[in-house]
Amino acid sequence: MTQTAQIRSETGAGGHGIGASVLRKEDLRFITGAGRYTDDIDLPGQAYAVFLRSPFARARIERIDTDDARAMPGVIAVLTGRDMADDGLGDLPCGWLVKQKDGRDMVAAPHPPLAHTQVNYVGEPYGVVIAATLYDARQAAEAVEVDFTELDPVVDPAHARHSEDIHAGVLGNLAYDWELGDRAATEAALATAAHVTRIELVNNRLIPNAMEPRAAVGAYDPGTGEHTLYTTSQNPHLERLVLSAFVGVAPEHRLRVIAPDVGGGFGSKIFVYPEETAVIWAARKVGRPVKWTAERSESFLADAHGRDHVTHAELGVDADGRFVALKVETTANLGAYLSLFGSSVPTYLYGTLLAGQYRTPNIHVEVHGVYTNTAPVDAYRGAGRPEATYVVERIVETAARELGIDPAELRRRNMIRPDEFPYQTPVALQYDTGNYQASLERALELIDYAGFPARRAAAAARGLRRGIGFSCYIEACGLAPSKLAISLGAGVGLYESGEIRVNPTGSVTVFTGTHSHGQGHETTFAQIVADRFGIGLDDVEVVHGDTGRVEFGLGTYGSRSLSVGGSAISVAADKVIAKGKLIAAHMLETVPGTIEFADGRFGQPGSNQSLSFGEVAFAAYVPANYPDGLEPGLSEKAFYDPANFTFPAGTHIAEVEVDPETGVVEVVAFVAVDDFGRVINPMIVHGQVQGGLAQGIGQALLERCVYDEFGQLRTGSMMDYCLPRADDLPDFTIDTTVTPCTHNPLGAKGCGEAGAIGSPAAIMNAVTDAIGTNDLAMPATPEKVWRALAR
Amino acid sequence: MYSFTYHRPGSVMEALECYRSADDGLYMAGGQTLIPTLKQRLAAPSDLIDLGAIAELTGVDVAPDRVSIGAFTRHSTVAAHPDIRRVLPVLADLAAQIGDAQVRNMGTMGGSVANSDPAADYPAALVGLGATVHTSSRRIAADEFFQDLFETALTPGELILRIDFPVPRRAAYRKFPNPASRYAIAGVLVAEFDDAVRVGITGAGPCAFRGSALEEALRRRLDPASIDGVEVPDAGFNSDLHASAEYRAQLVRVMARRAVADLLSRGS
Amino acid sequence: MKVSFTVNGTPRALDVPANTLLVDLLRQHLDLTGTHVGCDTSQCGACTVHLDGRAVKSCTVLAGQLEGAVVTTIEGIGTPARLHPMQEAFRACHALQCGFCTPGMIMAAIELVEYGAIDGSDPAAVRRRVREGLEGNLCRCTGYQNIVDAVMQAAGKMR
Repeated sequence: MTQTAQIRSETGAGGHGIGASVLRKEDLRFITGAGRYTDDIDLPGQAYAVFLRSPFARARIERIDTDDARAMPGVIAVLTGRDMADDGLGDLPCGWLVKQKDGRDMVAAPHPPLAHTQVNYVGEPYGVVIAATLYDARQAAEAVEVDFTELDPVVDPAHARHSEDIHAGVLGNLAYDWELGDRAATEAALATAAHVTRIELVNNRLIPNAMEPRAAVGAYDPGTGEHTLYTTSQNPHLERLVLSAFVGVAPEHRLRVIAPDVGGGFGSKIFVYPEETAVIWAARKVGRPVKWTAERSESFLADAHGRDHVTHAELGVDADGRFVALKVETTANLGAYLSLFGSSVPTYLYGTLLAGQYRTPNIHVEVHGVYTNTAPVDAYRGAGRPEATYVVERIVETAARELGIDPAELRRRNMIRPDEFPYQTPVALQYDTGNYQASLERALELIDYAGFPARRAAAAARGLRRGIGFSCYIEACGLAPSKLAISLGAGVGLYESGEIRVNPTGSVTVFTGTHSHGQGHETTFAQIVADRFGIGLDDVEVVHGDTGRVEFGLGTYGSRSLSVGGSAISVAADKVIAKGKLIAAHMLETVPGTIEFADGRFGQPGSNQSLSFGEVAFAAYVPANYPDGLEPGLSEKAFYDPANFTFPAGTHIAEVEVDPETGVVEVVAFVAVDDFGRVINPMIVHGQVQGGLAQGIGQALLERCVYDEFGQLRTGSMMDYCLPRADDLPDFTIDTTVTPCTHNPLGAKGCGEAGAIGSPAAIMNAVTDAIGTNDLAMPATPEKVWRALAR
Repeated sequence: MYSFTYHRPGSVMEALECYRSADDGLYMAGGQTLIPTLKQRLAAPSDLIDLGAIAELTGVDVAPDRVSIGAFTRHSTVAAHPDIRRVLPVLADLAAQIGDAQVRNMGTMGGSVANSDPAADYPAALVGLGATVHTSSRRIAADEFFQDLFETALTPGELILRIDFPVPRRAAYRKFPNPASRYAIAGVLVAEFDDAVRVGITGAGPCAFRGSALEEALRRRLDPASIDGVEVPDAGFNSDLHASAEYRAQLVRVMARRAVADLLSRGS
Repeated sequence: MKVSFTVNGTPRALDVPANTLLVDLLRQHLDLTGTHVGCDTSQCGACTVHLDGRAVKSCTVLAGQLEGAVVTTIEGIGTPARLHPMQEAFRACHALQCGFCTPGMIMAAIELVEYGAIDGSDPAAVRRRVREGLEGNLCRCTGYQNIVDAVMQAAGKMR
């Protein structure tokens, strides 16, 4: 079944405004090879960096001999972690302080950008070679001699608490024990439940693999003292803040961070990494611009990984099939160090979502965050919410099977009803709005649920086992209300900035603190502004990704750009229109309160006199006929701090066919019905869903990060880490339902992560339905499925 | 990549001479395995001898009972060659499954065969069809050619010139690809000749080999069901992240059965 | 070593180290940065260009192999004012997001239409062949569905 929504028109039914599938403004440069990514940037006199990386998962650095390397051709400097520490650079911080269940702060191990006493994961950088050419730098890197004393590594998170301490002072490798919800009430409800479903789950560790490897080019101008860092970042202002305030590379006002075109992020480019820190530090030290571009093998070793949970969960159900309690205990692998947001992902972005779409009255979750000798783990598309959805939707499906209730019916029976919003969950969140039943019913219709038994029988006749699986997910997006986030441990506010500069000619430049690395902000945000001002899409230019041009912002993650960043732009647009009305009233010789702005014109209702947006803009900059006391110019900005999270939700249904001889799983149909609130550009939204589904299906069937017992990465290249290819995936059937967000001006909820959040559980529920056993962990590789069938 | 001296000889004689005068020479055909190896600094030849300008190594000669293919013939050429498709379609089918389109446009039969990657596709064809490898100094039967993991009967400097394939009555190749790399986890070529059935297996062991027990069973009765009773012992089979030896043995059975079914569907 | 070849219609003669890859030659010596490097194991296809009309991974071709060859890159197939039908289709079908894999994907897709035998009367089977034909190119953003749409659309126009 391939039912693709019709979203292909130059302007769509609504012209280029809100709700129209406008083709993307940014595409022309990308399809002609004119995109400008960090590695495309070369600066005069630039030298090249190659990092020295640990070959061991855990070892003491006894001695580093750089003499031979320094003497090699073209070598400019060989810098080590010791040099960096001697220069007074600080550690890389974790930006979210999680309080433990006993009230103590989490235990954050020091994370020097370049290791100097001990290395704690394979690939951890402990030095950098700077040379005139990349070849020279590589040659010299091989000539550096290091004495390591190998130590026993801690690799398996399940055993981390009973292994040797990786970091001095971090007992039992425990960063935190965190809990949320009422343990006593939950346990009591489970004890009296008519039925308790128990499940053990592994949420497999993933390596994000944005197609553009990370890169950085740093330069220092001794004349002005300005540092300029081009880097592959989803949030250049945050990068600047961390590098100045915590690491101390340069003062904030003398550090410009530019994130030009960025080739995908999926979370992995949120964080401040050792490499760009070293590049900007080294550029000043050697007096030349310094460039580093990751090889893919470095990305595998040293990009922050995602997921990696081990979970035991229990769901209590009463005699009527209503959920009475959910109890979850999870061990989360945080890797060797706490990455920038690594602490928050398995806690506040996970435990808070365990209510799902259901009225479960009692929920308790406990999370043990542990260190291991593996790469740091942090946010990857969905960040905590896919893990939560996986727990809830796998256990609900399992309960349905155990109870002999149709899985759609069991969900229907327990869903929060549309008239119950706002709905306070037992795990801290207050859902503002939603209609979960609508998404479920639409998805059932699109998959033709009634026809499934016949399709299953037809597959059986072909020797294949067909299964169907549901996932009714919810996510908390639009990160985040600052006060709430800060009260929960966030180190920064999570508002967003938007600025609109109306130029004298009436064209508009929009500045956003969010960052687009594939999401199409240059188009979506232009649509919002063009729609509000009644001007052409080509008259709006959206600028992002440069701390030298854009007001402080927090960047892009957590499906926040439209609901928070777009709202900031919307508020700024209100301000522009308000000032425009003052100017127009003066020019039309009337009182300000009588002016209305509609269809791009300022005027009085009922009057045939009006002024275009451009005429008012021109008057603002050539203020001849102009209100006394009003500042010239037409440029406004806003900081938008959301009142609550947004709560996108929906239903995903997968149908798979399993070849019992080989264990191969084919996804033969996939329906996603999502409620993202108000949609600005359906084409872009569908694209986001498709991409998210691909990553979620990748997690369920193909992708896994494997370290061996020595902490060596066995899936260190695309030869062994299986990214989804075109022929691994089906055509998706996608639709949306709409309940507008109640608390932001756009009514938008965010769409970037839903695909990756909902789909893994749908796929695994379908595969386990097909093979008739629940004992199967992601990814459902052919051999695992074949073995499960053989049991 | 380390530095090396590059040569682009115009004849086999010249190539052999290049090799003899090099400290540590390496031949390069299409480069699709060698160049990634060089990039990872896993090889450091003093001299790289590019075989791409040697006309003697190219050319496809198709006779009713024999297909002769120059060592430097690219996979995409084999896959699309109308005469090969007509006379020895199994070889074109197999070539079309190697790597991906870009790799097929550069990679060559000689390069693949000389490398003897345990998961490469062509070795299954050589073994399964009973090909003969013509080198700069001799002829080597496929059964003797592949010796171990990345080891062949070739001596240092010996160059593959062309490979001759006998034409079977009918044949089919089934491959279970590694989902990440697209190399074969198990690939089985079954060929029916007037006097024999041959089964070439790749991916499962250290190098391509003949499935003698399968051949025996299929010689008695050329039918997918004949495979069912055959033991495929997994001793010595490869075992890695993607497939255990036991699972590879299962895949060999399944691929063999499906290849036989394909073969039978081709008529006789 | 010296090497002479043609890039996007312009003859070039360069003197580069023998261990120079085609992709580095394009990006660093000729400033053609539309061709990207996404991996180091010849898997991702972001660096795909045409060599004598056929798609190749430019990260897996050495400078010396280019002698006398004709190379076409993403910069050589169309301009914003005169897009190649495949470029046009990628935009029309929203077949790209971050754009990083896009040049290689477009170059591979053009070859697929020209040589890939993807035509046929059964649209589902054709879509399947397009998906298989793109196995040498990874995209992490789109989920490929719109890329398949774009190839189908462009195929109609290229014929």
